[in-house]
Amino acid sequence: MNQSQNKQTAPAWAAGVLSAIVWGGGQWLNRQYLKGLLFFLISAGGITAELTTGHYNDMSAGFRLRDNGGFFLKGLWGLVTLGTQPRKMGISGLTPGDHSIVLMANGIIALFVILILVFFYIWNIRDAVRVRRRMEESGLQHSSLQDMKQLWESMYAYIVLSPAALLTLFICVLPIVFGVLIAFTDYSRSNTPPTKLVHWVGFDNFVTVTQVFSWMHTFLNVLLWTFVWAILATITTYFFGFFQAVLLNNPAVKFKKLWRSIYILPWAVPAMISALVFKSMFNGQFGPISQFLLDKGFTDERIYWFTDPSHVSLARILALLINLWLGFPYFMALIGGTLTTVSDSYYEAARMDGATSSQTFWRITFPIVYRATAPLLMLSFVSNFNNFGVIYFLTEGGPANPNYNFAGNTDLLITWLYKLTLDNRLYNMGAVMSIIVFLIVASFSLLNLRKSKSLEEL
Amino acid sequence: MKPKRTTLAAVLKTTLIYIELIVVAVIVIYPLMWIVGSSFGSSKGLANASPIPADTTWNNYINLFRNTDFPVWYMNTLKVAAANMVFGVLLSTLGAYAFSRFKFKGKKASLLTILILQMFPTFLTAIAVYMLFLNFGLLDSLTGLTIVGVAAQLPYNIWLLKGYIDNISLSFDEAALIDGASRTQIFIRIIMPLASPMLTFVAVLQFAAPWMDFILPRLLISSEEKKTVAIGLYSMISDQTRNEFTLFAAGSVIVAIPIAILYIVLQKYLINGLTAGGDKG
Repeated sequence: MNQSQNKQTAPAWAAGVLSAIVWGGGQWLNRQYLKGLLFFLISAGGITAELTTGHYNDMSAGFRLRDNGGFFLKGLWGLVTLGTQPRKMGISGLTPGDHSIVLMANGIIALFVILILVFFYIWNIRDAVRVRRRMEESGLQHSSLQDMKQLWESMYAYIVLSPAALLTLFICVLPIVFGVLIAFTDYSRSNTPPTKLVHWVGFDNFVTVTQVFSWMHTFLNVLLWTFVWAILATITTYFFGFFQAVLLNNPAVKFKKLWRSIYILPWAVPAMISALVFKSMFNGQFGPISQFLLDKGFTDERIYWFTDPSHVSLARILALLINLWLGFPYFMALIGGTLTTVSDSYYEAARMDGATSSQTFWRITFPIVYRATAPLLMLSFVSNFNNFGVIYFLTEGGPANPNYNFAGNTDLLITWLYKLTLDNRLYNMGAVMSIIVFLIVASFSLLNLRKSKSLEEL
Repeated sequence: MKPKRTTLAAVLKTTLIYIELIVVAVIVIYPLMWIVGSSFGSSKGLANASPIPADTTWNNYINLFRNTDFPVWYMNTLKVAAANMVFGVLLSTLGAYAFSRFKFKGKKASLLTILILQMFPTFLTAIAVYMLFLNFGLLDSLTGLTIVGVAAQLPYNIWLLKGYIDNISLSFDEAALIDGASRTQIFIRIIMPLASPMLTFVAVLQFAAPWMDFILPRLLISSEEKKTVAIGLYSMISDQTRNEFTLFAAGSVIVAIPIAILYIVLQKYLINGLTAGGDKG
């Protein structure tokens, strides 16, 4: 140990500088050879990736990012320019060109990997400095293995989290970044690669939405209905589920388990199937409900439940009722579970004071259950706000509304987005709407979370 | 204790409760009966579908297995569902364990981030996932579908499980630490068993999700032999020229029954899981 102390002539910053020039250099100076080698291998891997994916052997016409760049350099070039050469019909067939969207996707991936590399680079420098400083102060020489063992201990949480974090980064965060960026381009059905190039257009799409009347008109009306839908859908399922749970909790009811098993069915059957079944049952032309009403003489002609433009509220109310069928078992199960945790002593005390059953319910049962379920109520609101399945499979957004841009009367923002992006390929407008929807939902939820104080407990 | 007295009011109340229970049960069961009945119907069209078909036949089921790709779709979905369940539970438990038991830099920020990630509409990311998979050759593959399925549910599951693990007393961990257990051992031997009701809940959700998921397979899967049941069933009735409602009904019954049984058998765990999730949020 003394021996190593004598040799420590280089100051801490020198190790840092060395690591900044050659990855792992500082660690080498600190005699942590294994760690130095690992850092060096990371940088070597990055450089190899760039060299093997690019065309560096053929630079006769000078270095051009478009032709010679590899994964990183061409990626960044593509993200900035979105391509410079569209594919064209030439004499000998199609010429090779740039595919803006692929370039953008690759660019974002390259950017993410570069950020991860930068993280390791900074870590490499800081580690060299820190170890050097520690050696100077204490004179102790740690081996790479000792250091890494300690690292394993102190970084355990990060290591455990890393698989989930990487997956989230590449499957959730990266696509969201991509989606947000699309909102700033002119990517739409009239402008699809590879025969055309996509361009950055700044805030033009946002300006279009706010300035063109038809877009604003559709957006505001669909937004309004989405809010009405989300609020009513949440309240109806919550209260009916509550009601059903309280009834089942009544001591007079026999075969509780059987009843519960029946009521849980709508939750257990895949929602897509139930929605499609209801769609068929309420089919205007062939559906049994229309036929039944006609046969029994309740109506003179068939009712087109989801497609009659003169009865918009009929379709909306029916959709809400079917959503109630689909959604109440969840809250029934949830509240049924919560009810069993409410202490009997409250009810005994209430009985002594001569409270009526409705008083007991509103003063004791409801507040306790509500407090326990409020956060899930908020989650339910968010999922109803984005309830794609029910509307898409049940009504397909119908009845059609000629005054709307690509939307029907029961369309929620989410199904409208689906129609915009996948059916009508207005990718840029879809992205703009998504951002607006996100801002609304996120601010609403965060406000609620703040109120419920669950953020402070983190 | 009050002596038990059967007053008229009490009898009336009980009768009313039972009437309500029966009415709701009928409303719940009727659409399901109708689809089961239709699946045994002899004619193809929607117009003749009824809960009690005139002449019952197994033809739709036989047709489904002989003349359509239904068995392939079913196996595909089963594979995705199983993989989704295993990896979803594993990754989210690991994540929840870290968030629940360790203090580290960026913990609050990452928890908030995963909460916010959940609020992004799926379509904002759909095209991007498509492009990403195009790059990595994961398009039209069940592996790709599973990866997205696991990732999409991860934020919600981590929050749910974190709330549950928070409620497991730290004294278990401490006792094990004294006995010389490593943190990985604590995770496997203590946290996983104690959190098993919630793990069951998450596992059921993860298993059930691919059976109804429509958007992702529609976007990512293109070849006939890799379709999932959701896409296959939908194509049977969405196409205006094909009027195969009874066939669709038979397929729906085969998909819905195993999942329904799973929910009914495990309802105790589901309710436990839900209640625990509700306590902490």
